[in-house]
Amino acid sequence: MHLKAKLGVTVAAAILALGFANVAQAQMKVGFVYVGPIGDHGWNYQHDQGRLALEKALGSKVSTTYVEKVAENADATRVITKLASSGHDLIFTTSFGYMNPTNKVAKRFPKATFEHATGYKRLSPNVATYSARFYEGRYVVGKIVGKMTKTNTIGYVASFPIPEVIRGINATYLSAKSVNPKVKIKVVWVSTWYDPGKEADAAKTLIDQGADVIMQHTDSPAPLQVAEKRGVYAVGQASDMTNFGKKAHLTAIVNNWAPYYVARTKAVMNGNWKQQDTWHGFKEGMVKMAPYNSVIPASVVKLAEDTRKGIISGSIHPFAGEIKDQSGKVRIPAGKKADDGLMAGMNFYVQGIDGTIPK
Amino acid sequence: MSVEWLIPAMLTIVTAATPLVFAAVGETVVEKAGVLNLGVEGMMIIGAIAAFAMAVTTGSEVLAIFSGAIAGMLMAFIFGVLCVYLQSNQVATGLALTIFGIGLSALIGHSYVGNTFVGLAKLDIPGISDIPIVGPLVFGHDALVYFSILSVASVAWFLKKTRGGLLVRAVGENHDAAHAIGYSVTLIRMGAILFGGAMAGIGGAYLSIAYTPLWVENMTAGRGWIALALVVFASWKPWRAFFGAYLFGGITIIQLYAQGMGVEVSAQFLSMLPYLATILVLVIISRDSAKSLLNAPACLGKNYHSSG
Repeated sequence: MHLKAKLGVTVAAAILALGFANVAQAQMKVGFVYVGPIGDHGWNYQHDQGRLALEKALGSKVSTTYVEKVAENADATRVITKLASSGHDLIFTTSFGYMNPTNKVAKRFPKATFEHATGYKRLSPNVATYSARFYEGRYVVGKIVGKMTKTNTIGYVASFPIPEVIRGINATYLSAKSVNPKVKIKVVWVSTWYDPGKEADAAKTLIDQGADVIMQHTDSPAPLQVAEKRGVYAVGQASDMTNFGKKAHLTAIVNNWAPYYVARTKAVMNGNWKQQDTWHGFKEGMVKMAPYNSVIPASVVKLAEDTRKGIISGSIHPFAGEIKDQSGKVRIPAGKKADDGLMAGMNFYVQGIDGTIPK
Repeated sequence: MSVEWLIPAMLTIVTAATPLVFAAVGETVVEKAGVLNLGVEGMMIIGAIAAFAMAVTTGSEVLAIFSGAIAGMLMAFIFGVLCVYLQSNQVATGLALTIFGIGLSALIGHSYVGNTFVGLAKLDIPGISDIPIVGPLVFGHDALVYFSILSVASVAWFLKKTRGGLLVRAVGENHDAAHAIGYSVTLIRMGAILFGGAMAGIGGAYLSIAYTPLWVENMTAGRGWIALALVVFASWKPWRAFFGAYLFGGITIIQLYAQGMGVEVSAQFLSMLPYLATILVLVIISRDSAKSLLNAPACLGKNYHSSG
């Protein structure tokens, strides 16, 4: 039975990965730290796809190591230290909560290079940060969901009230509202990135309360599956999740880390790696749209694609003024666009969204 | 405000509570027999993948549930051999079982990520399930929900009213005395451990074939630990564990609905409530030694060896 052979190989691979086995020194060693399982079919899965693409692109010149399900606490410090001390030249730490551990370890290993995803602290010269402009994807999705909803209610399964998530909600709402003035957005916070059961419960709640399009900022395909079962639409998160709900899946915002991982690894190899803060979007290919479901009318697909192209050319900006917050205060004046600083620290709902951000 | 949302909310609570009910009731029996198995999470997740794999391969829900139960039992068997026969430390072995289960399930489940399955059908009795309110609430669940209630009732009856239940409790309260009057402590404990494994496996199966019919790694997401907390919270009584599961499930779901309706709630606070409640119960029962003697099995967590 070939399953056994496969198990054996995977066990061996797992032992190698966990044991940080040493390989030939000529190779450059690149380490990856993931917050969840690579089998989540979402955030971590996409980072691992980036790692695999890196192996493919550079072949025998690199060897990669990954450690999955690393908690965002002292465990992270231990794992990153272990990677750095076992000769990894470049380490990607791929969750917001690794910010302090990454900087702490980087200080102790000045020769190694560290790349932290979604953070903002670069305390020593060997730490760079990178993230993707997912809000651009949300803005494209907003046009679609604004047109597709019949109950004028978008349900949003949210994880934690950090700027990244709030920005996504705002971008979705502003975009949906621009094509459907009656649209409302209902947000439910589940306080987790990954709990399929709870995410599904949140989706059920939103559908029970009238939402007919479900969006999510959590990592499992469970909300999408609930949407499929209840006969409403949903938008995939991080990966193309069509398989989990062929009718429900309108599209997905796909995180594409591969080009960045290849470029940064090459930079270290060639000795021209520099500290920087990268925030890439559609233009650089870090954010992509999954194929559009055939239920979306051609005119709406065109609208979405025009929006995407507009964002790439710069003629459209999701946070172009005038934008007011819930209290009516102008946050982005007319004629201005939100700068990266404002977007990176966004902690307010735009006017028109009901409810408050949990503290 | 209308109360229409209450019915769907209650249906959601039932699905959220059912996996906890299975796991907690199984663990109650294990702990009543004096064994602390911290591997509930590991047994659940193995049950989840075994059931999902069987469901996808054969399409049979019944086979899926059985395979979940058997997978949970196999895990429990490993634990039993180590703790009951080889006298290993129960806490460490249980923790190891959880870590092992999560890892092994990820390995087995690797090729099942992305597969889907229609999910366990809800009971649908023409005419009866359509009665407003009562219909969906009483007759609108899947078969496993009814089975979970039945199993709580059976376990409660077994522990309290039968000779077998008395033996389980005797072994848990004083294994030396049980041995002295001629009962096999090891066999009775093994039986309890296997039963606990089967129930945890069914709880896991419920997650992967009914609750969210899919397989993703680590999908139990800590429910095994909540089940363990529930056993203590319920002070080792099956019906209390059942109500505890509904209470915890209920709190989670109600806060989601409240958020959707724009009521301000602290999601973080509610997430920690089950654990908080458990600590509270632990404090209360340890304050009053007479009360704790009535409830906690006296030999809980202690290994037994007939020569010593």
